[in-house]
Amino acid sequence: MTSVPADAPALEMRGITKRFGATSALEGVDLVLRKGDVHALLGENGAGKSTLVKILSGALRPDRGEMRLAGRPYHPADPLHGRRSGVSMIYQELNLAPHLTVEENIMLGTEVHSGGFLKRRDVRKKIKDTLTFLHHPEIGLDVPVRQLSVGSRQIVEISRAIMDKARILVMDEPTSSLAREDTERLFEVIRKLKAEGVSIIYISHFLEEVREVADAYTVLRDGQNVGAGRMAEATLDAIIQLMVGQKIADLFPRVKGRAFGSPLIRDINTRLSTAEADPRGEPGAPAAVDHERGEVALSLNGLKGVRMAEAVSLDLHRGEILGLAGLVGAGRTETLRAVFGLDPRQSGWVEIGGVKALKLKPWQMIQRGFGLLSEDRQGEGLALARSLTDNITLSRFGPYRRWGFLSLKKRSRAALQWMGELKIKAQGSGQAVAGLSGGNQQKVALARLLHQDADVLLLDEPTRGIDVLSKAQIYDWMSRLAARGKGILFVSSYFPELLGVCDRIAVFFRGQVVDVRPAAGWSDESLMAAATTGKG
Amino acid sequence: MRIVRQQTRLQTLINLLAPFLGLILILAIFSSMPDIQSRFLRLANLKSVATQSVIVALGALGMTLVIIGGGIDLSAASNIALSSVVTAYAINAGLPPLLAVGLGILTGGAVGFVNGALITRLRLVPFIITMGMMGIARGVAKWIADNQKIDAPLTWVNELMAKSPRPSWLMLAPGVWLMIVFAVAMAVVLRYTVFGRHVFAIGSNEAAARLCGVRTNRAKIIVYAIAGLFCGLSGVMEFSRLTVGDPTVAVGLELDIIAAVVIGGGSLSGGEGSILGSMIGVFIMAFLRNGCTMMGWPNYIQEIIIGVIIVAAVSLDRIRHRRPT
Repeated sequence: MTSVPADAPALEMRGITKRFGATSALEGVDLVLRKGDVHALLGENGAGKSTLVKILSGALRPDRGEMRLAGRPYHPADPLHGRRSGVSMIYQELNLAPHLTVEENIMLGTEVHSGGFLKRRDVRKKIKDTLTFLHHPEIGLDVPVRQLSVGSRQIVEISRAIMDKARILVMDEPTSSLAREDTERLFEVIRKLKAEGVSIIYISHFLEEVREVADAYTVLRDGQNVGAGRMAEATLDAIIQLMVGQKIADLFPRVKGRAFGSPLIRDINTRLSTAEADPRGEPGAPAAVDHERGEVALSLNGLKGVRMAEAVSLDLHRGEILGLAGLVGAGRTETLRAVFGLDPRQSGWVEIGGVKALKLKPWQMIQRGFGLLSEDRQGEGLALARSLTDNITLSRFGPYRRWGFLSLKKRSRAALQWMGELKIKAQGSGQAVAGLSGGNQQKVALARLLHQDADVLLLDEPTRGIDVLSKAQIYDWMSRLAARGKGILFVSSYFPELLGVCDRIAVFFRGQVVDVRPAAGWSDESLMAAATTGKG
Repeated sequence: MRIVRQQTRLQTLINLLAPFLGLILILAIFSSMPDIQSRFLRLANLKSVATQSVIVALGALGMTLVIIGGGIDLSAASNIALSSVVTAYAINAGLPPLLAVGLGILTGGAVGFVNGALITRLRLVPFIITMGMMGIARGVAKWIADNQKIDAPLTWVNELMAKSPRPSWLMLAPGVWLMIVFAVAMAVVLRYTVFGRHVFAIGSNEAAARLCGVRTNRAKIIVYAIAGLFCGLSGVMEFSRLTVGDPTVAVGLELDIIAAVVIGGGSLSGGEGSILGSMIGVFIMAFLRNGCTMMGWPNYIQEIIIGVIIVAAVSLDRIRHRRPT
C-alpha cells in the first residue's frame, strides 16, 4: 500500500458494462469510493445495484470496464479473490450455513491455523471481541446460526467481514431486517469502521437512514449513472427524483378523516408532492379512501403458539389496518404464525368472525379467507424455482379447475393480470421467480394474496428491501383493501410506515402486547419508547 | 420483449430436446456399428427393447412423481418383487387371474401408502423410511414365497409381456401399451391437475407450499401411494415375464429407476422433472444394454457406460440451467 499515491480512492470503477443475453444490466457505470467514506449506492429495484456490487466482489465479471483498488488494477477472478483483496460483501439474503455454529460460520473458509500455533482459544477470543465491538456480546459462539434471529445473523455476517480485515465493505440492505434499535447500533459500528479507514458501499432503500449515515452517493437508474455527489450538498428530494425518474405524489395513502399522526409522515409526503413536476398529477396517484371500521374479523384470546414467549390477546376489525410494532424478536412474527396455524397452538384460541376456531391448519385458514405473507421470502414465501404463474396462483386454483384439471391458459392470464396491476418486471409469467429482483419477488408474494382475495391479510414485513415506488404501491394496495372491508395485520420494524399506513398500532415488547392505540395517538418517539422499554 | 420471449421459447425447446438428442446419439452410434447394423434398428429388436423397458418404465413413472415432490423411494425394487410374489401366490392359490393381478397392484400401493404415512407422521427423511421399507418388503416377499420361487399355472397374465401378442393387430405387448397409456396419463396429471402443480410446489419449497394452503402431508402420502401402485403394476409385469414369483428378482433395480428419472432431467432436490424425460431416460438405458449385449460386450462395460451417462446427463442439465445472475 506504500507504493501508490496516498490520495488514490479506495475504489475506482470505470465504464462498467454487463449484459445478460439481450438485456443490458449495466451500461458504462462509474463509481468512485473515497477512503473512509460511506458511499450510498441508490436506485430502484432492478437499477443494477446488485449487479454492480457482484462485479466488485468477483461473483460476476464485467463485459467491459476497469476497476482499481487503492490505485492498483483489480480484476477479481472469484469472490474468494475479492475477499482476499479486502472486499467483503454482506448480502441482502444472508450467506450463512444454518447448521454450523456462530464460530464455525465466522471462520468458514478462513480456518487458517498458520503453522498450527493459532489456537482456537485465540480465535474465539477474537470473535468475542468482534461481537462485543459490534455491541452484541450476547450472541453465543456455539449456537447454531439457524437458531438466531435475522438481525443477529446479520451481525454474525458483519463480524465475519471484520475478521477478514476487509478494507471495503459492501452492505446490501443491511437494515431492512433490523429493528430501529439494532439499526442505531449498526450505525455506530459503521462510524467505528470509518474511523479505522474502512470504506463502505451502502445500499439501502431507507433514504432517511442513508442521509444520516452516508458521506457520498451514486444513483443508478436502468443500469446507468444518473447522478453522484457528496451527501451534504444534496437534498433528499433531488435524490428521489434521480432514482424514480418520475414523481410519486404521496408515499403514504390518504385516508379520509385521518390526520397523519407523525410530523415525519407529513414531511415525507409533502417533500414528495412538492417534487411533483407534472401539473396534471401522476395517474397512479392514490385518491383518498375511506376506512370504515366494521365488526371484529379476527380475535386472539390469550393465544400462545409454541414459539411465543407470552399469550397475546388482540382484536382486528374489518376495514382496518392494525400495525404490530416492536423490536425484532418481540414476538410479532410468531404471533402471525400461530394465528395462521403454521406453529402449533399451546393455549388460548382464535375467533374468526365471532366463531371459535381451534387447531386450524394453514389450508383451513386459507379456506376461511386468511392469507399470510412471510418475512422469509426465500425460505418460505416463494417457490423460487417455479414460475410466476405457479407462485401467484398456488393458494387459489379454484377458478381454473374443472374436475381436478387446470386450464393453464386462464391461469397464466390471471397471473399476467396481477403482474400488470403490481407492475412486476419479468420476462413473462413462465419465468422462474428466482430470476427476479428482490422487490419484484416481494410483489409476487403480495400478488398471491391479492389473487387469493383473502379477507384477512397477515403481512410480515411486506416492504422489506424494496424500492420507494414499490413501497408506495404496496401501501396504496393495503389502504384500498382496508377500504373494501378487509382486515390487515401489518408487522413492520419501520415506524414511519406503520404511522403512515395503519389505523391502529399495537406495540410488542418481549412477547407481550404492551399498548394498542389509534395511529394518531402514537408518534415516532412514543413507538420507540414503547418498543424498547415496554412502557406505553 | 419479443426477443426475450423468443429466447425463452428456444430454451424450452432445447430443454425438451436435450434428452432426446442423447437417445438419438445412442441409436446412431449403435446402428452405425458394422457388426450389428443390420439387426439393431429392426422392428423385432425395437419391440424387444420396448418390452424389456416396461418394468423399469412403470417404476420410473411413480419415481418421477416422488422425485419431483422432493422425495426418493428406495423401496421400489423390493416392492416390485413383493408384488410379483403376491400375484404368483394368489394365482397359485386358485384365485381368478384378474383378482390376483389386482391384489398384486394393491400390495404395491399399500407399501407406498405406508411409506408416505411414515414419512409424514414420523417426519423422517424419505431416504431413511424407504431404505427401511426396502428391507421389509424384500423380507416379506421371501417369507410369503418361503424363500423359493413360486410356480404358478400359465394364464393370460403371462401374455402381458409376450413379444408377439396374441391378437397380432396389437403389434406390441399389452404391457407396452399399458406403459404408454399410463405415461400419457401421468404426464397429464403432472401438468394439468391441481395435484400435479402441488407436487411441483412441494418439491420446490415445502414451507411455501404449506403457507399457500397446500395440504402437504396428504399430497405426499398420495404421491408415495401412487408410486407404490406403479411398483405393484411393475411387479405384475415381472411375474408375467418370469411366469414364476421370484422374491429375489429386481435387486438393485431401484437405482436403474432413479437413474432413468435423473437422466431425464429430474432433480434430486425436488421441483424438477418430467414424465417424457424419465421415459427417454428409460429408453436410453434400455438401448444401451441392448446394444452392448448385441455387440457381445461384457456386462461391466455396460455398467461403466451407464455410470458415465448418469454423470454426463446431470452435468449437462446443470449447465443448461445455469442462470445469468
